Amino acid sequence: MVGRFLLIVLTLGLCTFVVRPEMFEAVFQPFTQNDAPAIYTQTSLLRLTLSHLALVACAVLASTIIAVALGILVTREFGREFLPLARTIASVGQTIPPVAVLALSVPMMGFGAAPTLLALFLYGLLPIFENTVTGLTNLPPNVIEAARGVGLIRRQRLWSVELPLAFPMILAGIRLSTVISLATATIGSTIAAPTLGEVIIAGLLTSNSAYVLQGGLVVGLIAIIIYEVFSSLEHSAARRLGFQMDA
Amino acid sequence: MIQIENLTKRYGSTEVVRGVSLRVRQGEIAALVGTSGSGKTTLLRMINRLVEPTEGRVLIDGEDASGIQPHLLRRRIGYAIQGHGLFPHRTVGQNIATVPHLLNWSNREIDARVDELLHLFQLDPAQFRDRMPHELSGGQQQRVGVARALAARPEVLLMDEPFGALDPVIRAKAQADLLELQKKLGTTLVIVTHDMEEAIALGDHIAVMDKGRLLQYGTPKDLLTQPADDFVESLIGSAERPFRLLSLTTVADLAEQGEATGATIARTTNLRDALAECLWRGVDVLPLDGGGVVTLNALRTSGRGLAETQGEVN
Ligand SMILES: Nc1ncnc2c1ncn2[C@@H]1O[C@H](COP(=O)(O)OP(=O)(O)OP(=O)(O)O)[C@@H](O)[C@H]1O
Ligand SMILES: [Mg+2]
Repeated sequence: MVGRFLLIVLTLGLCTFVVRPEMFEAVFQPFTQNDAPAIYTQTSLLRLTLSHLALVACAVLASTIIAVALGILVTREFGREFLPLARTIASVGQTIPPVAVLALSVPMMGFGAAPTLLALFLYGLLPIFENTVTGLTNLPPNVIEAARGVGLIRRQRLWSVELPLAFPMILAGIRLSTVISLATATIGSTIAAPTLGEVIIAGLLTSNSAYVLQGGLVVGLIAIIIYEVFSSLEHSAARRLGFQMDA
Repeated sequence: MIQIENLTKRYGSTEVVRGVSLRVRQGEIAALVGTSGSGKTTLLRMINRLVEPTEGRVLIDGEDASGIQPHLLRRRIGYAIQGHGLFPHRTVGQNIATVPHLLNWSNREIDARVDELLHLFQLDPAQFRDRMPHELSGGQQQRVGVARALAARPEVLLMDEPFGALDPVIRAKAQADLLELQKKLGTTLVIVTHDMEEAIALGDHIAVMDKGRLLQYGTPKDLLTQPADDFVESLIGSAERPFRLLSLTTVADLAEQGEATGATIARTTNLRDALAECLWRGVDVLPLDGGGVVTLNALRTSGRGLAETQGEVN
């Protein structure tokens, strides 16, 4: 209850700040030097926030589709032999620093949002894939047995039993990817992708801590809010299934 | 009717079911008993092709099960397992409706069937239809599991230790309810249990399995009076045999001409209960429904007689 209230307050605060950052000028003034401006105004904060979110949403959506599809594939009878291979690929994807993906893809894709999207997409795959596989392989055996026993065919078992039961787990993977992507997206601004990273980078270039703080704060708040919303979705999904979960 | 002919299942080189043949007639209950790992579940699951036999065949009403597509076969055969296996994300009503839904019944038919079954299992539809499985007690979950298995009116019902998770009191009640229901519906029932007590209480025939082999297939009386070997006998527990035998014979068999005072007892009362009744009332003679009596002497003699038959067999 308190958590929900706090979440609403945070969300309202974030919205206000993003729409009317100048209202908070006094707050950031102490972090500036030499009369530098306290609030970043080169690009509207609202526009940056929205495009940041859009970038993350697209990337996570793409990761989700591919990772869940892969997760389903390697947990089917015919795909089981690909499981180790798929795991390796996804893990390797995770170990390449996103900066390296940017650096490598700029020559091919040019500056802007596209390379960032690619990096976020690759980065988001592993958590969702791992969680999908875990969710689909740790189903209660007697429920699966019953699903076969009543005469559901494979496809029906997948859609109407396995995926719904694995859903909270998959959702947890998506949450993880989203939060990672929210933070990672900021580096996209080094290659001119319109993200909140722009504010941070501007701050770093002009030694203006107020900018760095603003950018960081907005990204952090969004991450917290999205994390909490996802968590409560997972909990209610799990509760519906009767799973005991620690609050 | 289920005919199992020379059924064998091998995993690699281990035979977990070895050449089992048996027949369960229409409307009968066959109980599969045996120690853990004796192949009961495997045998049961070969009937609805959850496990494919290595050798032999299963005929359902004369039709070779291997010629029916597995999912279609399974929709014709009810299947209830230990721990009920209810779909945790579906309501009680949706769980019960699973097979009718797969068979494309109309919504009206399905709703009516769900309510009918809930009534049958003493669960108020208004109260239980929309609950989630985790909001039920163990006994209620188990009943919903059986209701789901019976939803599409299968002629054959397979049960794998359906009462295993229930405490003894609920369990006895669940067994009694199942018996009554099975009589009413005329379903052919194969039930796996590792509890001989349960097998005797439920089975018209009992199949005793050990290490994948069928040691004996017979009526409870056959098993009690003529156990095929030491293993069967040990499973029955020889000490309780005379007592169990008493519970298999009704007083109608011992009825004599005569008169007696006191309340009459049903002719279907078993000897064990009649004996208890005599001792309880402190009388030597009990009057029967529809005339005639049974004497304490006759009860005692038959008890001793049964015990001696057992002695001879040994
Ligand atoms: N898929 C499998 N692969 C290999 N061995 C198996 C498989 N399924 C069962 N077995 C083996 O077959 C034997 C019989 O198993 P089954 O489940 O039929 O026994 P059960 O009589 O039902 O035992 P319980 O009373 O413990 O349920 C066991 O030794 C088991 O380990
Ligand atoms: Mg078993």
